[in-house]
Parts: sequence; structure tokens; C-alpha cells
Amino acid sequence: MRKIFDFHGGIHPPENKEQSLHCAIRDAGIPPVLVLPLSQHIGAPASPVVAVGERVLKGQMIAAAPGFVSVPLHAPSSGTVTAIEDRLIAHPSGLPARCIVIETDGRDEWAELRGAPDYAELDSQDLLAMIRQAGIAGMGGAGFPTAVKLATGPDRAVETLVINGTECEPYITADDILMRERPGRIIEGVKILQHLLQPGETLIGIEDNKPEAIAALSTAAAGSDIEIVKFPTKYPSGGEKQLIEILTGKQVPAGGLPLDVGVICQNVGTAVAIQDAVLFGRPLISRITTVTGAAVDKPGNFEVLLGTLMSYLLSQAGYHPESNNRLIMGGPMMGFTVPDANVPIVKTTNCLLSPDETELPAPPPAQACIRCGMCEQVCPASLLPQQMFWFAQGKEFEKLEQHNLFDCIECGACSWACPSNIPLVQYYRASKAEILQLRAEHTRAEQSRLRFEARQERIEREAAARAEKRAARKKAAEQRAQAAAIGGDGDEDPIQAAIDRAKAKKAAQQAGSARQPDKREQLEKAVLTTRKRLETAEAKLQQARDDGSDLADALQMCVDKTRVKLSAAEQALNDYLQAGPPAEANTHDGLDPAAAAIARAKAARAEDATTSPTDKARKQLESLEQRLQKTRDRLSESRSSGDEEKIIEALEATVVRLEEKISASREALTTAGEA
Amino acid sequence: MALMRVTSPHAHGPMSTPRVMLNVLLATVPGLIVMTYFFGFGVLVNVAWACIVAVACEAAALRLRRRPIGFYLRDCSALVTATLLAVALPPYAPWWLIAVGIACAILLAKHLYGGLGYNPFNPAMAGYVILLISFPVQMTAWAPPRGLGQTPGLLEALQACFWPSGYDGVTMATPLDLMKQNTSELVSELYAQTPQFGRWAGLGWEWVNIAFLAGGAWLLYQRIFTWHAPLAMLASLSLMAAIFYDGGSSVSGGSPLFHLLSGATMFGAFFIVTDPVTSAVSVRGRVIYGAMIGVLIYVIRVRGNYPDAVAFAVLIMNFAAPFIDNYTQPRTYGHQASKGGD
Repeated sequence: MRKIFDFHGGIHPPENKEQSLHCAIRDAGIPPVLVLPLSQHIGAPASPVVAVGERVLKGQMIAAAPGFVSVPLHAPSSGTVTAIEDRLIAHPSGLPARCIVIETDGRDEWAELRGAPDYAELDSQDLLAMIRQAGIAGMGGAGFPTAVKLATGPDRAVETLVINGTECEPYITADDILMRERPGRIIEGVKILQHLLQPGETLIGIEDNKPEAIAALSTAAAGSDIEIVKFPTKYPSGGEKQLIEILTGKQVPAGGLPLDVGVICQNVGTAVAIQDAVLFGRPLISRITTVTGAAVDKPGNFEVLLGTLMSYLLSQAGYHPESNNRLIMGGPMMGFTVPDANVPIVKTTNCLLSPDETELPAPPPAQACIRCGMCEQVCPASLLPQQMFWFAQGKEFEKLEQHNLFDCIECGACSWACPSNIPLVQYYRASKAEILQLRAEHTRAEQSRLRFEARQERIEREAAARAEKRAARKKAAEQRAQAAAIGGDGDEDPIQAAIDRAKAKKAAQQAGSARQPDKREQLEKAVLTTRKRLETAEAKLQQARDDGSDLADALQMCVDKTRVKLSAAEQALNDYLQAGPPAEANTHDGLDPAAAAIARAKAARAEDATTSPTDKARKQLESLEQRLQKTRDRLSESRSSGDEEKIIEALEATVVRLEEKISASREALTTAGEA
Repeated sequence: MALMRVTSPHAHGPMSTPRVMLNVLLATVPGLIVMTYFFGFGVLVNVAWACIVAVACEAAALRLRRRPIGFYLRDCSALVTATLLAVALPPYAPWWLIAVGIACAILLAKHLYGGLGYNPFNPAMAGYVILLISFPVQMTAWAPPRGLGQTPGLLEALQACFWPSGYDGVTMATPLDLMKQNTSELVSELYAQTPQFGRWAGLGWEWVNIAFLAGGAWLLYQRIFTWHAPLAMLASLSLMAAIFYDGGSSVSGGSPLFHLLSGATMFGAFFIVTDPVTSAVSVRGRVIYGAMIGVLIYVIRVRGNYPDAVAFAVLIMNFAAPFIDNYTQPRTYGHQASKGGD
């Protein structure tokens, strides 16, 4: 007998599982419309590879995985894509998300599937690719891409492969019924996982409240090295970390992965999906969902196509929307309420719980925390929930992190046990979100600080460089002055130098204008290069056409453009040759550049001399007064025409600001005058 | 019906704060019965009057603080405070003594700090200590237990409470007083000569303690609190008594059994030390908290000026509880070792 370990805390809520176990798995059938959210997993949303109006076959990929941590999406039945748009989905946020909508045709026509019954001959990369391409994400509820979890890397040995058949959450029986009815497929899936991971041991963990499932799996696993491990029922023993502790006695290090203690954990539903994908090439297009609660007449488990609307599924179980007070996806401990019954079933929908008011009454108002510690006694993460509640109320985020808030798995045991009905998990969730936001802000602030520092540094560097240049110039000037004083040839003064430079330029220009062929050469060269470019472009276009490449169109455009350019260049050359050499006067504007430079310099100096600071301030004041007048006009106009309050307020604020500026400016002027 | 949007968990356990409080009240019943048997109806009159004053004070405080009165009164915490303080007061105490004690407990020790859950000190013990310091004569006047004197009836008890000037009661030193005052006789001689000591620890007192132990055990079974703090307290008190027993000499502090069954030991262990609001929160913290109370009880009983010491010991450790919390954070799942301090 294997040693079973216990984990800290845990609760025993009423199981409420028998209601949905009276009948076998029912087929929910093909609904008229399937709505498939692109994001049914953790990671990047899939990107559509079908267009609206396209006919798709059952099992055909309709959206591809854009990155490593992502999975593709497949059509659950044959039909036509009618829309790719935002739809309301089952998500705690209640926000709509992008979905592919398929109108089914009822023919349920399969796409061509390619399985690998002899998977033992495949290498692990190919197997992983198959699992990935089948769109499998953790079926237990989290929806983490399975292939990512299974990609252990060559140097990480898997000591224990844990298959999670715990299903500790009340009401849910999807895994239970799967284990009872399809144990063979689970075992097949586990064998594929064994082949892939080569684990030291393989354990299927099941709570002792599922004797039928244990019996069925034990029979199916007979003769294999898969061990079925039964352990006492306690919520949340199905949490990955808790199950690993129960079966191995090891704890997954905080912030680490199960693989850090040599364990990989997979849900039984995922094992079946892997089996379907590898043996038959069937992608993940359906799942087993428990429909239960007092607001349905015939609770039970359904094999349901992904994308089926919850309302469609609920109606098959005899749904009474009028008595249903909240619709929960998942169980009563960790499930979340959906905003509307017209949201689709996704890969992680293990249960639809539709209770009435007596079954799950609205939460009563919270009373004061008496620090009784019942939350601490049930916390599976060994946290101090009552202290964290205290800190969360006071927004003492450092204390919260010191009390390991982020190790909270949000199982809800503390809230369940709290005698004062305090929604503790809600406080922790909100605090986590706030801390994450603060961290993001902190990162942003840090980045802008670095940017600012880099800028300061650059400015200082530039100032230093300028100062150095100035010093060098000064030194050179001194040297020149020294040289002049010594009586050497020396340099003439700067104005003379500028005049000289301008004169030289003028002379050069005159000389250049005499050389007619310059311009002609240029034009001829332009024609030649353009022609050459046209030839290369045409060759490329031919190549692309031969290959049937998508680029042909773009290249065609390029060729056309180049042709236009060529003819323009040829025209220009032609014109030039016909017109003959242009008149000398055309090469410059007729003014002597030296004289112009001198005039510009003189004008600038004169202006600088006349504009005193007082004048400048006066000018500014004038312009401010003009602006004020304009704003006042607009304000009165807005008032009379009854504009929006906001606009009037903004204008009023502007007037006040301008008035302030004017008075400041006046004051400055007076001070300047006095000075 | 519009679908409700609420966050998980959606299910809630059967436990509620009023139920916790009522369980505590129920658990005092055996102790109250035995006390009434040994000391007469004064015990019950104390409790009844204390409850009336407590509810009135609680309602007044809630009204002043503009809180919904009915909602908060239903948590029954005022009744628990009143009962615990009334049990600790000497039977046949005058009405004003009880009223002052309750008012201090509910108004000063509880509502001034923010009401239930926010009080750093145990309200009942704070009220008790205020009375003990202010009115030492009335507070140390214990009636003799049945078998050593007249046990007054209900009418006399009412008279003692509401018309104290017309009541002439008999009082007698408790075994704890006698043990403290003893300087010349061996413990065995003391037991043989003084009928107050009863069989183990004091006539009446030993049974009162056993009755409160029974009530506490029932609460433990009901999982209202964990065993850590009370057992740590009883263990450390016994250990202290054993270490300093001194072979029963004339300066001996008394045997472990004497201390376990004397005064307010069991009442304190299961009804005061276990007050969750004012104690340390983690398991390790509660062990330390309880053990330190046990040590303090012994030290104050034997070396201090007051005969019993539960209230002082508890209040001192109430001060220390946040400090203990800071250093006794449990090891979180997946973490190497527990973190202590800031």
C-alpha cells in the first residue's frame, strides 16, 4: 500500500455529486450555431485561418496558434463560417472577446484525419506537435496548453507522472463519469504520456468518494505499471499542488513548477484528448460537461461540442431560467458566474451549475472578523487568511506580499469556513490585481527614470563637448593673436575671412556655370540608372511569375513605376539637349553672395541690438492680451449659444490662466523698467 | 430573473459568528451550574444583570457609532463578554459594581477600539482588572462554598445585588488567598487543617474548574478553537508549579494539581485564553501565547500581590500578541522556512 500524505487545511463541503450521476453520458447533439472564442486557453489567442463565408469541415483547423504558449482551434462540426466578431463569452470579466461563429449544416462531415496508432515509433517532438496541433489545453479547468506542459526538455527527468482524477469540487462529475465509462481511453492516453515522458512511476489519483471510477480504472489498468491511488476526500485535494503533496509528499516550490520536484500532472480528460489526438488524429472539439443544480430537471453529463451555447445545453437538461439565480461555469468553490446563458461552452467548461435561491442563496452581509482562525485551519497553502484580510483592508501591500499573498490558490476554503461571511478570496483577488498594477506602474516609472537619466547624461555630454570646442577655439584665437602680435603673417579678422569665402564661392560658381556638360552628364546618368533598375525589376517579376509567388503583383507595380520614371528621365534629357545650355544668369539669383552674407549678418546684429528684454516682454504681453480678448469673445459666444458645460468651463479656466499670465508679465515688465 | 454576478466561492459552510458565540455561551452552562451549586444564586443574578447591562451598552455604543443595532446585536458577542465577566466577579456583588465593569468592558475595551474584532484587549478581562484595581474590597469578597457556610437563596441574592446596603453577606478567604498567606506550615498541614482546600485544590473550586474544563472540551470538540493555546497554558502552569513546588514546604507555591484546579485556571484556559480576537493567530503563535500566560499566572499568583492572576496574565499577553504574530508566520506551501519579522 502506497503511503498517502496529507496537506494542511482543507474542508468537507457537501458533495452534491449524486444528482448528476443518475444517467450515462448524453450526447448534446449539433446545435444550429457554434461560437468559438479564439482564446480558450492560457496564452496567446489563436489567429483565424478561415474567412467569413468559408465552408469548414468537422475537425478542420479554423484558427492557428501564433506562438509557443498557445493552441489552435478546430471546427467542432461541418458548416459555414458566418462571422468572426466579438461575442459575449464565459469569462470572469464578463467582457466580449473575438469568436469564430459557425452555422452548422447538420451533416457533421469530418475533415481528413491522420492518426498515429503506432505512436511508439514517433519521437517526442512529433508526438508533442500532434498534441499541440490537436488544440489540447488542460481540461481540468485552467486550460494551460498541454504540449507546453509536456515539453520537459532533455535534461529534466520526470520521476512521477500524476494523472488527476480527483475532482474534489462539489457538484462536478465530468471526470468521475469519464473514468467510469471510458477507462480504456484514459489508460491509452496515459500510456502515450508514459511513452512521451518516460516517468519513473505513473499514478492516477482519485478521491475515495468515487469507488466506481476507481474500480473501472483499476480493471482497465490491470497488467500495466499504472497505479491507481485512492485517498480520503477533502477539498481542494484536486489542486495540482495539493495532489502532488498527497501522492508524493513533496511540495512544489513557490514560484516553481511541478517539474522542479520531478512531477508532471495531467487531468484524466486531457489524457483522453491526447489519446484521441494521437491514435486517431482527432482534434479537441468536444468535451464532457456536467449540467447540474436545482434549476435543471434532468441533471447529468453531456458530451458537448465546443462552441455550443450554454442555453442550448441547459435546455437539454430541463432548464428553468426563472428559478436560476446565478449561472456558474465550474463548481461552487472556484467557478465564476457568467453574465448570460447565451455564452459558449469552451475547452475548460467542466460544469454548468444552475442553482436556485435556496440551494446557493445570495451572500449575506459580512460581519466583523473575530480572528477565529477557522480560515487559517482550512487554508491548503498554510497562509494566515485573517491577517491577510486585515492587511488587504488597509491596503498594506508590502505586508500582504510578506504574508505570501501570491501563494493563495483562490480555492475559496477560507471564505467557505468564515463564520462572519467575509468574502476573503475577493479581497485577495482584488489585492493581487492592485499589486500587479502597482508593479507595472513601478516598472514604467523605473523605465522613465532611466530614460530621464540617459537624457540628462546626453545633455551634459553635449554641453561638455561644446565647452571643449569653445575652449579649443579660444585657444586657437589666442594663438592667432599671439602670432599676429609676434608680427607674423597671421590671419585676417573674421569678417574679412567671410568676405573672402563668399568671393571664392562666387568665383567657383562662375567657373562651374561655364562647364555645360555637368548638367547633361547628370541627366544622362539618371536615364541609364533608371533603365538598369527597370531591367532588374522586370527580371524579378518574370521570376516571381514563374514561381507563382504572391509578390508578382507588387513587382508588377514596381516595374510600372520604374517605367514611368524612365520615360520622365528621358524626356528631361531630351528637353535639355533641345533647349541648349541655359543662360548664365539662371545659375544664380544675380545678387553677389558675398554682399548678401554681409547684409544678413548686419541685419541680425542690428535687430539683436534694438530688441531689449523690456521690448521682448512688452511684445509677449501684447500677444497675451490679444489671446485673452479672443478667448473672452469665444466664451461669451459659447455662453450665448448654450454650449456644453464642459466647454464653457474650459474656456473660463483659460481666461483665468491668461489673466494670471498677463499680470505676471506686467509685473516682470515693471520690475525690468525699475531695474 | 437576471443572473447574479458574484465571485467564488458560491457555497458557504455552516459556521456563523452568532453560532460561535452561542456555542461559547452554551459551554459555560456546566460551570455556571456547579458555581451556582457551591456559591448560590448570586452567580446567576450576576450573569443575568451583566447581560442586561451589556446589551444596553452595546446598543448605545452602536447607536452612537451609527451602526445597524439589530445586525450587530445578533452576533451575541456582548452576551459572551457579559457572561465571562459575570462569572469572574464574586457572587452577591452590588449592581453598580457589575454595571461599571460591564460598561468598561463594552464601551472602553471594545467599542472605543472599533467594536468586535478590533479590540486588542479581552473586554471581559479589561473590565475585571479595572474593577479589581478600583474596588479591591468588593472584588475579593467571595462567599464561602456550600459546606462551609450558609448558601444564600434567590431572594437574598437579588437583595445583595440591587439593595446592597441591606445585605449582610459572609465572605471567606479562597484557597489561593490561603496558600499565598501561608508562611509557616507545610502544604500537607495546610490541607489537613483548612477545610477550604477540599480534596485537591479547594472545596467547590475544584469542581467548578472541572466543569469549565468539560465545557472547554466540548468547544474543542465543536472545533470552535484549537487546542494549542489552552493546552499550552495548562502545561506551562503545571510545569511552573512542578518546578517550584519545593516538596510542599511552607514557602511552596502549591502543587501542579492545586494550580490546575484553583481559581480561574480552567475558565481562563478555555474561555479567556481562547478569545480569538485578542490572541495570537498562528498555531505556533497560540502555543507561545498560551504558554506565556501560564507562566505569568504562576508568577503573579505566587509572587504578586493579587491572589489570582488570569486577568493580568491575559492582558499582558494581549499586548504581546501582535508581536508574537510578527515572528510566528507559518511556513507557506512551497516555501523553504517560515518568515519572521519585517
